[in-house]
Amino acid sequence: MESSQFFGISSVAYILAMVAYISYLVFKNSTVGIVASTITYVAFVSQTMAFLLRWREFHDLSQMGWIRSIPLTNLYESLVFFVWCLILAYLIIELKYKNRSFGAFITPIAGMALAFIDISGMAKDIQPLVPALQSNWLLVHVIMSFIAYANFSIAFATGIMYLALTSENRTSGIYIFWTVILGIFLAILLAMGIDFLTFKVAVKTPDAFIKSHLFKATFRSDSGFMVMLSYIGAAAFMFILWRFGYIFKKIIASFNVSPDLLDDLTYKNIAIGFPIFTLGGLVFGAIWADQAWGRYWSWDPKETWSLILWFVYAFYLHARLLRGWRGPKIAAVAVIGFFCMIFTYLGVNLLLSGLHAYGSG
Amino acid sequence: MSNKNDGQPVIDKVWNLFSSITFAIVVFSLISLTSIVGTVIEQRVEPEKNIKLLTKFVGESFAPTAYRVLDSLGFMNMYQSWWFIALLLIFAANIVICSLDRLPKIWNMIKEPIKPVPQDVLNAMPIKREILLKTGIDKAKEAVEAELKKIGYKASVSQEPDGIQLYAEKGRYSRLGVYATHLSILLILIGAVVGIFFGFNGFLNLLEGTSSDVAYIGREKEIPLGFQIKCDDFDVQFYGKTDRPKEFSSWLTIIDNGREVVKKQIEVNAPLKYKGITFYQSSYGFWANENALFKFSLVSSDGKREDVMLKFGESFTMPGTNITGKISDFSPALKMDASGKPYTYAEMMHNPAVYITFSENGEFKYRTWILSRYPQSWRIPDGVVEFKDFWGSQYTGLQVRRDPGVWIVYLGSIIMTVGLYASFFMSHARIWVMLKDDKKNTKVSVSASINKNRVSLEEKIEKVIRSLSH
Repeated sequence: MESSQFFGISSVAYILAMVAYISYLVFKNSTVGIVASTITYVAFVSQTMAFLLRWREFHDLSQMGWIRSIPLTNLYESLVFFVWCLILAYLIIELKYKNRSFGAFITPIAGMALAFIDISGMAKDIQPLVPALQSNWLLVHVIMSFIAYANFSIAFATGIMYLALTSENRTSGIYIFWTVILGIFLAILLAMGIDFLTFKVAVKTPDAFIKSHLFKATFRSDSGFMVMLSYIGAAAFMFILWRFGYIFKKIIASFNVSPDLLDDLTYKNIAIGFPIFTLGGLVFGAIWADQAWGRYWSWDPKETWSLILWFVYAFYLHARLLRGWRGPKIAAVAVIGFFCMIFTYLGVNLLLSGLHAYGSG
Repeated sequence: MSNKNDGQPVIDKVWNLFSSITFAIVVFSLISLTSIVGTVIEQRVEPEKNIKLLTKFVGESFAPTAYRVLDSLGFMNMYQSWWFIALLLIFAANIVICSLDRLPKIWNMIKEPIKPVPQDVLNAMPIKREILLKTGIDKAKEAVEAELKKIGYKASVSQEPDGIQLYAEKGRYSRLGVYATHLSILLILIGAVVGIFFGFNGFLNLLEGTSSDVAYIGREKEIPLGFQIKCDDFDVQFYGKTDRPKEFSSWLTIIDNGREVVKKQIEVNAPLKYKGITFYQSSYGFWANENALFKFSLVSSDGKREDVMLKFGESFTMPGTNITGKISDFSPALKMDASGKPYTYAEMMHNPAVYITFSENGEFKYRTWILSRYPQSWRIPDGVVEFKDFWGSQYTGLQVRRDPGVWIVYLGSIIMTVGLYASFFMSHARIWVMLKDDKKNTKVSVSASINKNRVSLEEKIEKVIRSLSH
């Protein structure tokens, strides 16, 4: 079998796992939970196989040695690897805490990444490396960055769960904050789904996709009526989430997940992700840039956004450890950090220009 | 640091401000928010680009005004603007003062090894366990010592009025981790400043076969290197038949005091360093000039071979024949359009080609394009013209840098790694075990404290208790 077939299996399985985890959360049927975990394990093993096979395919094609031919050189490969790190971290948590309820909050992040791959029609073939990427630093820099990204994503999921679990009434700022954030997240996912159904997109690059198709069926439609309808729809959707958000609270509470556990998980993931990101993302990135471009820091948008991301999590740690911030305030910082992370990872490559532009292919 | 009296001298007020975490958070936020602007507005580009960008945000009529305002505030080159540098300096001062403010207390804690403590202090410890052992106090002491050793703690013993106290600690110096991290940020900033003031970042375009003893910053400024650098050759390799470069490299020679001292092939990710100046392979280009040489290997129909080197417009003779070829045209990147008409599609040497006019005894015979990357075009009716190389018309684009601060930055990076590891993955744990005689039995009370990752210590102590009770 080829790597693409294994990738296909894992993508479908992850989407199924997402549905299964959400059903498990709603129906609390333990068989459904076991099914969800089983599907996730199958998907994970299949994806690992795919990754290793693609590594070999790339190695045979490029003749650059094993270290340099790790398949992590374009947006498609990196999104897939991001999903892999995320699921790995999730499975560790599921095993350690023997609680499957997190799955319903973490697998949708994976689902969103996989959906974006399919909707945007990004190139999935193995592309040869430009000279600047031919370095042993590629492996450590990219792998460590993505481990940190996965940690930050988990911190986001547990942060949202924390907010859902602890916010009391619908008029409190925290309640509005988490329902709106979750609303935006789901509305984007939905709008991308509608794009896909409307256009069955077959564009060459994510750049072209964003310019000509993203949200064209909804928020950026040519018809003013459609645009208005989309915004009204999104607002109504958020209103419903806001109105019935307490259901989430009941569901999470019914799984014996305490706020303390969620708070601790959020902190632990950031405490692990932050040093890994500092070393792998910033320090190793700087050393590599020094070798390849003759500059360890050039305020390129990717570098600058990484620094912003670093400041956000440094803020989280200082506020928590020195100021003793606990509770919703600190969880909200973790949630905001995730949005900075998404922008650092995807937004910079897709919307801004700079030296890291090859990541957008 | 929190009591703010009006009677305080100004210096104390400034100190208090800079040592407060709130202030640090404000500085974090300011640096982040202004940096975002810098990633949206393209830095150091021609004004038109950003005016066009601003049009999207404020409309066409306001864009030029918005541009002028932002430009006067330094946003078009903001990472070098005085206020951004000032923010970074404030950030540095904030780190220094925050650390100095907190260090003495922590330093005392680190300087002082663990001591036996009285009962009331033990009672106030966050982790406490008790167990009754059915042995005498001396046996119990040995058992506890052995168990503590198993979890990695070497206990000291003290005879107290009411019993025996064993005490041990681990990771005392990990408390310094956060200061190491702060120090490393400072070192990195200092390294950057050293680089800016005592180094330079220039470029040099060297045509194959030429040399230079200066590098350039911008269009005007020349930086003397103190030696000569010569480009012997330059070469690009492509992926298959595409124009995607696989690797490009230059063969460089350093000539110091008239002597060739270094010869090295450099490529992207593999620079050349000499006397503190580093040459990075960064780009390349085509530079049409009359001294460039074409290298052909001529093979006649009956297999005679001859290598020739020619300039543009010169002629050669196919070995053993009366057939001559004259280079009458050249293209750095040749392509055929739909009708088969050749045209030049790029300024770069993606696909160099020569147009050769063949004559026999001075009579025109035929003309053909010979493409260096397409050997099938080398075949002519009277043999083969192998297009081996085209030397002297390509220049290598070198980034030239001297940065005496880079080792400080690297040192900072190493310290940061150690500091972060100590801050997040190590902790300072202290354990006290009080042993008291209780009618031939021994009451063992374990008290412990740790500055983070409490669960792991609790698990270890649980293990000790479990082993002791067997």
